[in-house]
Amino acid sequence: MKKSIRPATYGLMAEFDDPTAVVAAAEKVYEAGYRRIDAFSPYPIEALSEAVGVHSTKMPLIVLIGGILGGLGGYLMQYYVHVIDYPLNVGGKPFHSWPSFIPVTFELTILGAAVAAVFGMLALNGLPEPYHPVFNAPNFALASRDRFFLLIESLDPKFDHDETANFLKSLGPREVTDVEH
Amino acid sequence: MQRVTNSHDDVAIHRTSPPVIEPGHTFGSVTDKISALTLRRRTPIGWYLGFTLSFMVAGMLMMTILYLLLKGVGIWGNNVPVGWAFDIINFVWWIGIGHAGTLISAILLLLRQEWRTSINRFAEAMTLFAVSCAVMFPLLHTGRPWLAAYWLFPYPNTMGMWPQFRSPLLWDVFAVSTYGSVSALFWYVGLIPDFATLRDRAKNRVFQIIYGMLALGWRGSARHWARYEATYLLLAGLATPLVLSVHTIVSFDFAVSQVPGWHATIFPPYFVAGAIYAGFAMVLTLTIPLRYFYGLEDFITLRHLRNMGKIMLATGLIVAYGYMMEAFTAWYSANTYEEYMILNRMRGPYAPYYWALIFCNAVVPQLLWSKRVRHSTVALFLISLVVSVGMWLERFIILVTSLHRDFLVSSWAMYSPTVFDWTMFIGTIGLFFTLLFLFIRFLPIISIFEMRTLVPQAEIKEEKVKA
Repeated sequence: MKKSIRPATYGLMAEFDDPTAVVAAAEKVYEAGYRRIDAFSPYPIEALSEAVGVHSTKMPLIVLIGGILGGLGGYLMQYYVHVIDYPLNVGGKPFHSWPSFIPVTFELTILGAAVAAVFGMLALNGLPEPYHPVFNAPNFALASRDRFFLLIESLDPKFDHDETANFLKSLGPREVTDVEH
Repeated sequence: MQRVTNSHDDVAIHRTSPPVIEPGHTFGSVTDKISALTLRRRTPIGWYLGFTLSFMVAGMLMMTILYLLLKGVGIWGNNVPVGWAFDIINFVWWIGIGHAGTLISAILLLLRQEWRTSINRFAEAMTLFAVSCAVMFPLLHTGRPWLAAYWLFPYPNTMGMWPQFRSPLLWDVFAVSTYGSVSALFWYVGLIPDFATLRDRAKNRVFQIIYGMLALGWRGSARHWARYEATYLLLAGLATPLVLSVHTIVSFDFAVSQVPGWHATIFPPYFVAGAIYAGFAMVLTLTIPLRYFYGLEDFITLRHLRNMGKIMLATGLIVAYGYMMEAFTAWYSANTYEEYMILNRMRGPYAPYYWALIFCNAVVPQLLWSKRVRHSTVALFLISLVVSVGMWLERFIILVTSLHRDFLVSSWAMYSPTVFDWTMFIGTIGLFFTLLFLFIRFLPIISIFEMRTLVPQAEIKEEKVKA
């Protein structure tokens, strides 16, 4: 296997004014066979995520696991405290008085699920990530205002600098630029 | 998942309604207008005045706490038989106010009420600050909070002791701390894309660095947005049962006991409705001046105010039903103590407060049936203040009238607050406004990225994509 050489650019970035245009362009790029692509928008656009190839996320599973762990942990903690480690007779109730363990179990289920949701999302998104090559693209600061961007990474097997640049230009962007590392 | 799509149905249903965002706005104008409040606009003189005043009142809170820690809880008016007084009244009042924030950000999101978008950030901030004020009361009620930790939170300690998980008071600890944590997470997740906007728009190096760190390197990637949206919806789905459970558990503090007037199954729904009622009153109290002074009438329109008025009317009716049921069950129970409790409320030494509460919470809000009242900012503002007072009186009545005359006549007594009860309560209002003024100055008070989804251009035109 050949030793991989770091390509000269990170990728090519096309800049759009209009959300519909960027979604249409992303779909064409995907159809053309590019897979290492990404799009950037100032607000969530479900069609854009689908166009770059994201059809489902692992978030629901992560949240489910977080919730189960939180709830199970909460219940077992109360069981350990009141049945095993420090059994105390309160009003003649059984040590394992499960109905009164429900509220705390419920709260810890929610807490576990919510913590898993937020930290799972950040971890899968690779955040915090202070530096990223896409920030080098001209006008990229407008990606958080009113501009839409479409990126093809140079690591994509189909990537050929000139051919890909011409293809992107045919999709009607404002501009196509190289993204430095 | 896309919150843009239902805009047309909504317009069709409310053809005569004011819009959720004034026409003519673009992605750029929405972004610039909201971020300019933080970044560009000179801090108004009114901000300095408001902040200074609030901070002075918060200083009174600090002095009260200092004196409290030196002298002990004896500086307050609560004593046997009224052992729970201002602490729990104010705790329940503040927690209740917080609930509207979660309702707006979570429940209305799930119900696809897109008008929530321009007020959710602000309402969530209000939730956090209200919870901060609320927790102070039970914590300081323990007298020496640094010694109370072992019976509040389960951690292995040298005494080998554990908290009592069969007690509603402990459920409360878990409910409120979970609520505070989840609200903070939800709020922060909502802020990440807006921090990125502020980072990119800030001209000042210090602001660029601070907002940049807070934005965690957010770049608006479509792959990130997919997970972000899934997370946001899941958090909303989690916060919805959470907010209902929190005030349910707060009401268990009362309902699980056997004190006359507290031992009632109506308590959980009645407390939750009361919390939402008080919370919306506070959102109105805050947004009406805010939209006026910061010129946000384009984003927080009459539609928002009117809808909040309607929710207040609906929850106010539930609360009024609660008052009726309290009286009915007291009579129907044929229990001497329950019967005496309600008669004592209506005719006893605290009767003026009871009738003031009925007037504030059940009578005045009936004005909201009138469309003219719902469309008048002045009227809504005044009603919201009356409701806030009414909800405070409600907790006062529930607490004090039930405790001051219970089963044993020989232990009856009167309760009255001392000056330190008042400085503490008013001080938390100062703290609340101090935090709110800081929030208004340094963070985007309206969710910018969600406002962009309301701009007409935001809609993806399917036929053009396929063409």
